Amino acid sequence: MASLELKRVVKRYATTTVIHGVDLTVRDGEFVVFVGPSGCGKSTLLRMISGLESVTEGDLWLDGRRVNDVSAAQRGLAMVFQSYALYPHMTVYQNMAFGLENIRTPRSQIDTKVNDAARLLRLEALLGRRPTQLSGGQRQRVAIGRAIVREPTIFLFDEPLSNLDAELRVQMRTEITALHQRLKTTMIYVTHDQVEAMTMADKIVVLNAGRVEQIGAPLDLYNAPRNKFVAGFIGSPRMNFLSVRVTGVGPDGVGVMTDANSPRAAATIPVRGESGLVGQAAVLGIRPEHIHLRRAEPDELALTVMIELLEQLGSTSFLYCVLPSGEKLTVQLAGQIDKEAGEQIEVCFATIDAHLFAKTESEPAFERLKTPAVHVAA
Amino acid sequence: MVDLVRMLAGTRGHRRLDWTDWLSYAYLLLGLVLMFGPVLWLVLSSFKSAAALNEFPPRLLPYGQASVTVPGHPGPLPLFRVKLPDGSTRQLAELRRIGIQATMIDPERPEEEFKVNIRDRERVRAFHLALENYTEIFGKFAFGRFLWNSVFITVVATLITLLFNAMAAFALSKYRFEGQKWVFLLIISTLMIPPTIILVPNFLVVSKLSLLNSLWGVIWPAVATPTGVFLLRQYMLTIPDELIDAARMDHASEWRIFWRIVLPLSAPALAVLAIFSVIWRWNDFLWPLVVLSRTENFTLQLALNSFQGELTTQWNYLLAMTVLTLFPVTIVFAFLQRYITAGIASAGVK
Repeated sequence: MASLELKRVVKRYATTTVIHGVDLTVRDGEFVVFVGPSGCGKSTLLRMISGLESVTEGDLWLDGRRVNDVSAAQRGLAMVFQSYALYPHMTVYQNMAFGLENIRTPRSQIDTKVNDAARLLRLEALLGRRPTQLSGGQRQRVAIGRAIVREPTIFLFDEPLSNLDAELRVQMRTEITALHQRLKTTMIYVTHDQVEAMTMADKIVVLNAGRVEQIGAPLDLYNAPRNKFVAGFIGSPRMNFLSVRVTGVGPDGVGVMTDANSPRAAATIPVRGESGLVGQAAVLGIRPEHIHLRRAEPDELALTVMIELLEQLGSTSFLYCVLPSGEKLTVQLAGQIDKEAGEQIEVCFATIDAHLFAKTESEPAFERLKTPAVHVAA
Repeated sequence: MVDLVRMLAGTRGHRRLDWTDWLSYAYLLLGLVLMFGPVLWLVLSSFKSAAALNEFPPRLLPYGQASVTVPGHPGPLPLFRVKLPDGSTRQLAELRRIGIQATMIDPERPEEEFKVNIRDRERVRAFHLALENYTEIFGKFAFGRFLWNSVFITVVATLITLLFNAMAAFALSKYRFEGQKWVFLLIISTLMIPPTIILVPNFLVVSKLSLLNSLWGVIWPAVATPTGVFLLRQYMLTIPDELIDAARMDHASEWRIFWRIVLPLSAPALAVLAIFSVIWRWNDFLWPLVVLSRTENFTLQLALNSFQGELTTQWNYLLAMTVLTLFPVTIVFAFLQRYITAGIASAGVK
C-alpha cells in the first residue's frame, strides 16, 4: 500500500518561490511521470517527496501518514539519480549491500537480496567490479539494483536515462517499464523528454515554472490538452499554432478566420465561446500529423503554403512550410512525397482536430463541444 | 629504466641539443647539486671514522687506514708508504711509534726492521666504511629512546590531525548552516598568526593542563591545522553531493557517511596532509624544546641539538644519528607520493 498525496505543497528558497502550491494524488502501483521543461521544478518536487529537500508549506502524505518531518531514510523510498551516484570506491556488490548494512541486516539476508536483484537485472557477472569499470547502461542497472534491494514502497527516478545514448535509452526504457510490470511497485519518474513520458506513464503530471499545468493519462493529454502550454509540450513534432481572428460565435462553435489569401480560410471550430469574443485574436492549434494534402472536405480548413524544407525519412515525411503571413507550419505525412522545397502546396485539416486557445499560454483552452474522433490506427 | 633514460636525455624535439636544452640541463644540474650535494656529503661523512673527519683537506669517500696482518704479530698493523734513505718508496707496516720515530717492518720479511722518521711516511688509504658509527650510538646515547619519542609523536599527531581536520572539512564542505562562511574565514585567518606570538599562551595552557614535559603536550596543541582544513575542504567540495544524498537514502547516519563514503574518497588529499604533517612533526624543534625538559622525553631533533655541545669531538656519531633521523621521513614521503599519483589517476575517471 503505497499511496502518495501532495496537498498545496510549496517550496521557497529565501525569497524565490520554486513550487507554487502543487496538489497531486498517486495511487498504489501507478507509474507517474513528472514532465516539463528545464527549471520547471520537477526535480525539486521529487526531492521533496524523497525527503532530501524540506517542504516549506503544505503537506506530504505517505500511506496516510504525514511525512513532512520524517527523514529521507525513514520514509522507505528509494531513489535512482541522474548521475547514478554509485560509490566509486566500492564494488557493485558493496554498492548494493550498503543500504542493508546500515540497517544491520544479517549477512545471509543481504547476500540473498543482492543476488536476487542482480539476477533480475542481469548483473551477476559484474558483482565484483568497480563502477569505473562499467559501461553507462551497466551503471544505470546497478543504480536501479541498489534501489530494488531496499524493497521500497515507492521508486523515485530522477532523469535516469538522460546520460545514455539514444539506442541505450530506448532499451532501458523498455527495461524499466518491464520492471514496473513485474514488481508492481509505485514509481515516480522525472524527465524532460515527453517521448519517455508518453511511452512509460500511467499518469503524466505536466509542470511549468513550479505549477501543475495538467494531470492525466498520456492519450488524454494528447487528445485534450487543457492549455496552450500542454498542447505545445506533448506531441512530437510540436503542435502548430496559427494566429486567427474570431469572426462569430454560435451554437456550432466559434468561427475563425486565418489570413485571407487562402481558399477556405474561414471555418467554425466546434468549441464553446462567449459572444464578447468576436473580433478578438486567438490561437488555433493543429498537430502536424493531422494535416493532409488531399482535397479539402466541406468541414475542413485549407491553407496555401510554401515548402521551405523537406525531410524524408522513408516511412514519414516532414514538410516545414511557411504561410504568406510568415507563420510557420509543420506537416507530417506518412510515406514519401514527390514535392520539392520552394513549391506551393495546399494543406487541409479537419476542424474537429483543431484546438482553440486564447493568446496567453496559461489560459485554459476553449472547451470542446464535440469529442474529436480518435485517430485509431488501422 | 628506459623511461628514465628517455626522460634524462630529452631534448626540445630535435635530435641535436638546442641552446635551450643546454640551459635547461645546466639549471637542473645546478639545482641537483645544490639540493642533493649536502645530503650526499652528509651520508658519506657519516661513514667516516673520527680521524677521517678531522682530516683537512677532506676527501669525498670514507677512507680508513689500510692495514695488513703480519704473521707473528697479533692484530692487523697499519700500512704506510715510506720514503727510504736510499730514495726508494716501499710499503711498510708500522709496529710501534715513539715520538717521531716509527719502527716499521716489511710485511713480506717481518724480521727486518726499519727506523723511519714520521715525516718520511704517509698513510696508505683504503675504502673503509666506519659502520661502528651506527651500531655504537644505540648503546652510548639512548638513541632508541629518542627515536621512539619522535616516532610516537609523529604517528599519533598525524593520525589525530587527519581525523580532526577531515571532520572539520566535511562539515564546512557538505553542510549548509548559518555563519558557515564566517567560520571558514576565521579558521583560515589563523594562518596569518606567527607561531611565536602564541608560544607563551600555549605554554601556559599546556602547563595548566599538566601536560608539560610529556609527549602529549607536544602532540595536542597543534592538531587542528588551518592548512589541513582548507586542503581537505577544497578536495571534499569535488565529491558530488549526489553521493551523499544516495547514502542518506541508504539509511546511512552522518558519521557513517563521513567514515565510509567521504573519507575513502578523500584519500589523495589525506595523503598530502599526512605528508605535510609527518614532515612538520618530525622536524619540529621549537615547540618540543619549550615543552620537553627531561632528556628521556627528547625527540631526535632535540637530542641532536643537545649533544652538540657535549660532542664537539664526536662528529662521527652525530652524523650517523642525523642520517638515521632523515631516513623515516624520506621513506614515508616516497611511499605516500606513489599513493597520491595513483589516487589522482583513478579518481579522474568518473
